[in-house]
Amino acid sequence: MPADAAKTAGLLFLVVVVQLSVMANVDILGGHPNLLLVTLVCVSLLRGAVFGAVAGFCVGLLADTGVFGTLGFTALLLTLAGYWTGRYGETTGRDRAHAPLLSIAVITVLYQISALVLRYMLGEPAPASHILAALAPTVLLNLILTVPVYALTRRLLRPREWVTREVRLLG
Amino acid sequence: MPRNRVTAVLGSSVPRPRPQPFPSRNRSTLRRRVILGVLVLLSLVLITLSFRSGSGGPVHSVKGAGATVLRPFEVAAERVARPFRDVYGYFASLVHVKRENSRLKQQVNELRQKELLGQSALEQNREFRKQLKFVDSPRFPADYAPVNTRIISWATEFEQQVAIAAGSDSGIKQDTPIVTNYGLVGRVTDLTGSSAQVTLLTDENSAVPARDQTTGAIGLVRHGQGENSLLLDFVRKESNVQEGDVIVTAGTRSKQYPSLFPGGIAIGVVTSVGQSDTALYKQIQIDPYVDFSALDAVTALITHKRTPKSP
Repeated sequence: MPADAAKTAGLLFLVVVVQLSVMANVDILGGHPNLLLVTLVCVSLLRGAVFGAVAGFCVGLLADTGVFGTLGFTALLLTLAGYWTGRYGETTGRDRAHAPLLSIAVITVLYQISALVLRYMLGEPAPASHILAALAPTVLLNLILTVPVYALTRRLLRPREWVTREVRLLG
Repeated sequence: MPRNRVTAVLGSSVPRPRPQPFPSRNRSTLRRRVILGVLVLLSLVLITLSFRSGSGGPVHSVKGAGATVLRPFEVAAERVARPFRDVYGYFASLVHVKRENSRLKQQVNELRQKELLGQSALEQNREFRKQLKFVDSPRFPADYAPVNTRIISWATEFEQQVAIAAGSDSGIKQDTPIVTNYGLVGRVTDLTGSSAQVTLLTDENSAVPARDQTTGAIGLVRHGQGENSLLLDFVRKESNVQEGDVIVTAGTRSKQYPSLFPGGIAIGVVTSVGQSDTALYKQIQIDPYVDFSALDAVTALITHKRTPKSP
């Protein structure tokens, strides 16, 4: 468990830096890929709800400080994203091949809409038409990112069910 | 036989080894929910504190510490990514290069003629000021020391803000104007010792007093409807603003309300002018000179000359 936490911390720190410095400025067909969200979803699927929520909170806090944003804003959204994805991974999404792609698609939509609503509630600019127009390309870009990111995360954090067993038939 | 092997016999009731479950499955539902509740509550407390503390207090210190930790990594990542971005930008620009080349050639000829006229007017203006012993507010670029720096992070698509790799240690203050070679970018809205947050002109909260260089009409530049578009608002219907006019910062017009931006910084060119019978002002669209989606290096304008304030 501590080894998992250390590996995840390293991975997510690197991803925060890449997201803020590089990915945040990427605009393809109006969409903005969110490498941070994709990585967090993959980690949560592999390590469960509590791990996902804690990772989401820590990484969100770091992202908030990096962009001088409202402290706690991204942390709140990523905590919920990590928790829900983790619960899905622990229950119905377990061992399903489509779980990462389905999770990313759903969480991206929920994340964007929740961020929009939260910003509106906080009285900050919430350009709904712009965000909703960019939603489909953003989901597509995140889905494209999911394949390599999930493979990498799976390599780094081996699924807990992978216990090698050998069965020998006698008789 | 190795100890870790499991032997199964056909027809016997040897139980299948159970897979190791997720750690959070072992915990009670209550404990899991408590952890989630605590994290959500903590986030809400942080949001509240962040809003209430403004640009000071412990929350700001936490932000500053986080930004300081991230800064070297962001600078490194930006440096690694720059060549790739340049290559992408190069190929993307090839699409329009021919048309743009002919347009720019024509523009260069026009600007050459304007520069000659401008030079003589500048000399004349300098002479008149000397004769009148004219006391002015800080003038751009003569009264400003530039601090050249790099963008180290971009905010989300919700916010028109960026972070730069220079802060109060370099002499940058709150509201310091930020420019590029092309024109005005925005102003500093938050800062730490080593980095600062810049709110772009395209942000909803930005407003810059500006004037039409040709007619002298005064207005307020604000964000437009689309991405990277600006509006020149509050321009009276009588003014004769035309398509193609250059819009620059107006500088301080009233001692009571000194402008944060020095006068004469280019903002953009007028792309359309409209007016309706019911509206009080003209509807003027501006195409900014600065490409806000491709910002790389920027300049902070530091001045030690005092801005005039009302007595």
